[in-house]
Amino acid sequence: MTKTITIAHGNGGEENNELIKKIFYKNFENDILAKSEDAAVIEDGKLAFTTDSFTVSPLFFPGGDIGKLAVCGTCNDLAMMGAKPKYMTCSVIIEEGFSTRELEKIVKSMKTELEINGAIVVSGDTKVVPKGAVDKLFINTTGIGTIEHKGITASGLKEGMSILVSRDVGAHGATIFAAREGIELASSLQTDCASLYPQVRALMDSGINIVALRDATRGGVSAVLNEWAKTSDVCVEVREESIPVQEEVRGICEMLGFEAVDLANEGTFVLCVNKEDEPKALEVLQQTHTTSAVIATVSQQHKGRVILNSSWGTKRFLDLPTGELLPRIC
Amino acid sequence: MGLELKNLYDDFRDGDTIKAYAKIIAEDAKKLKKPISIMEVCGGHTHTIMKFGLPQLLPANVNFIHGPGCPVCIMPKERIDHAYVLAMQADVILVTLGDMIKVPGSNGSLQDARAKGADVRFVYSPMECIKIAEENPEKKVIFFAIGFETTTPMTAVLVDQVIKLNIPNIFFHINHVTVPEVMVELIDSRDVHVDSYNNQIDAFLGPSHVSVISGSKIYDKFPRDYGRPVVVTGFEPVDAMQGISMIVKQFVEERCELEVQYKRVVNHDGNLKAQALIEQYFEKMSLFRWRGLGNVPDSGLKLREAYKAYDAEVLYKDVLPIAEIEDHKLCICGDILRGMAKPQECTIFGTACKPTTPIGSCMVSSEGACAAYYKYGNLI
Repeated sequence: MTKTITIAHGNGGEENNELIKKIFYKNFENDILAKSEDAAVIEDGKLAFTTDSFTVSPLFFPGGDIGKLAVCGTCNDLAMMGAKPKYMTCSVIIEEGFSTRELEKIVKSMKTELEINGAIVVSGDTKVVPKGAVDKLFINTTGIGTIEHKGITASGLKEGMSILVSRDVGAHGATIFAAREGIELASSLQTDCASLYPQVRALMDSGINIVALRDATRGGVSAVLNEWAKTSDVCVEVREESIPVQEEVRGICEMLGFEAVDLANEGTFVLCVNKEDEPKALEVLQQTHTTSAVIATVSQQHKGRVILNSSWGTKRFLDLPTGELLPRIC
Repeated sequence: MGLELKNLYDDFRDGDTIKAYAKIIAEDAKKLKKPISIMEVCGGHTHTIMKFGLPQLLPANVNFIHGPGCPVCIMPKERIDHAYVLAMQADVILVTLGDMIKVPGSNGSLQDARAKGADVRFVYSPMECIKIAEENPEKKVIFFAIGFETTTPMTAVLVDQVIKLNIPNIFFHINHVTVPEVMVELIDSRDVHVDSYNNQIDAFLGPSHVSVISGSKIYDKFPRDYGRPVVVTGFEPVDAMQGISMIVKQFVEERCELEVQYKRVVNHDGNLKAQALIEQYFEKMSLFRWRGLGNVPDSGLKLREAYKAYDAEVLYKDVLPIAEIEDHKLCICGDILRGMAKPQECTIFGTACKPTTPIGSCMVSSEGACAAYYKYGNLI
């Protein structure tokens, strides 16, 4: 570990994993935590339990705000364990001088999102700190859900299985970067921020056996695929041209030198199913987003690694994003 | 219907076109009398070549040598220390571009400085310094300028605006370097630091964006005086494959010329307005020390004497360290840059030296050869 914490330690990639392992896992060590799933499975597999803190600049962005993010983020972590979000807590740390109107706007959008998930906030806390102690507003939410589909795990991937994404990737990261860099877009690029429980419910209703499920937040689709490849000790082979990416997102990636698969999403998940479930899973996903697609298969070629196959017959590794995402220089 | 962004890259990533060029190169390469090594000077090309897996498409007798054209990689540690020291000054906001904030100096990187409370910001356009300076009138905004001919005009425009708008709190630390001078150094050096007589460079792929500014004229002397063909080439995989094909053809047909693959933008003279602006504010430094290569004559720029009031190197000379800092003894970046070694031949590659803990110049930025090898691997 480095002597001080840097922004890179919060990137969802390699440095982030190091921080969690070497400081938190080491001290909090227990079997449930060690599973390192999106949400902890407790009470003999009946409940899923998770927490997440939210800080984003700007607070309001095309397609959402920090409030929507705070509910979606936690509810999605529950949904990714096959759980129905039920009860939530909401803690806010507010910087002195923050606008009451904006706060109410944020809480209203939390309400809307809670309704979509069928969850309620049952406890909460507010703290106000002097100017400069936080950047405007930080929100923490914790959630409990009842597990409706057992056995979803990052270690369940086996040779021959198929991997799908629920929609085009990178929209949230690209939207935030465009807003931050002041890139004016002619079109209406929006964050993908959305509650995922309804889609997970639809997958369960169709009788599909969900092997692995994860929302591709920080670190993007690359981080999810790399984690699955490592945890399951298999190779994930991606067909590069099959990864759905919106034109606007691609444009921003080209300008700033990013890859869409490394960008954060807030309403996009990656799904692993048995080969025979692939057509049905795709059909269900496409009812919500026509851009959903099959992007990869599981093989044994390079265990623990993700390979990207190009349409001209070359291969390369797709690694975990490292460091802070920085725009290219020239 | 106007031109859309995707028009700028879509066709230039077409799988069939790339495969077609691979076939042409393979056919032509059969007629080569000896293997050829092509140096892509620019880190952007290294990135393209590795990201799109182009070496996998080339015959065994056409090789790449990854050049020194990554502005972050070539920055010697003492200059990174300059950035760190400036950032740690109480009244300073240090502004720089992208990757620069990740590179470790002897006290740490700018990221570490930021974690210790320094105000360090990265921008996509240097013009953002003006907004930062307006919002922080009590602070000195220092733009730590890096890059080749491509980014120099943007710095020149900022200098121009600072002077014309009379902005009192923007200063510059200039680390701009130029491409042709270092190319000469790699093939014809008589400097004690650089023994280039064993270099393996047969031809150069010239970066297109440098020539958008400086024209293709900066390479006239390479085929003429040094017997090395140059093809100014774009950054998409189809561009790179066409550029390589043009070089192979020159060897087969026994020509040695300057050619432009990126004709859709580049001409011989370049952007004269940008060149004039650079000329107005900058002059050559007699020596600039390149990480991994040593001192290269006339390869760096500094603000002209008349503008030294804006020069942070002058203003802060009492606090800036001057001692040169050598790289780790085991690092072979110098040999990699001269084409005498590949990254995986280095004993610390991928072990002690990784993108998260870089030791040598080629690992520090994503555009360095070692970083590209590490990231994309060599699958075939």
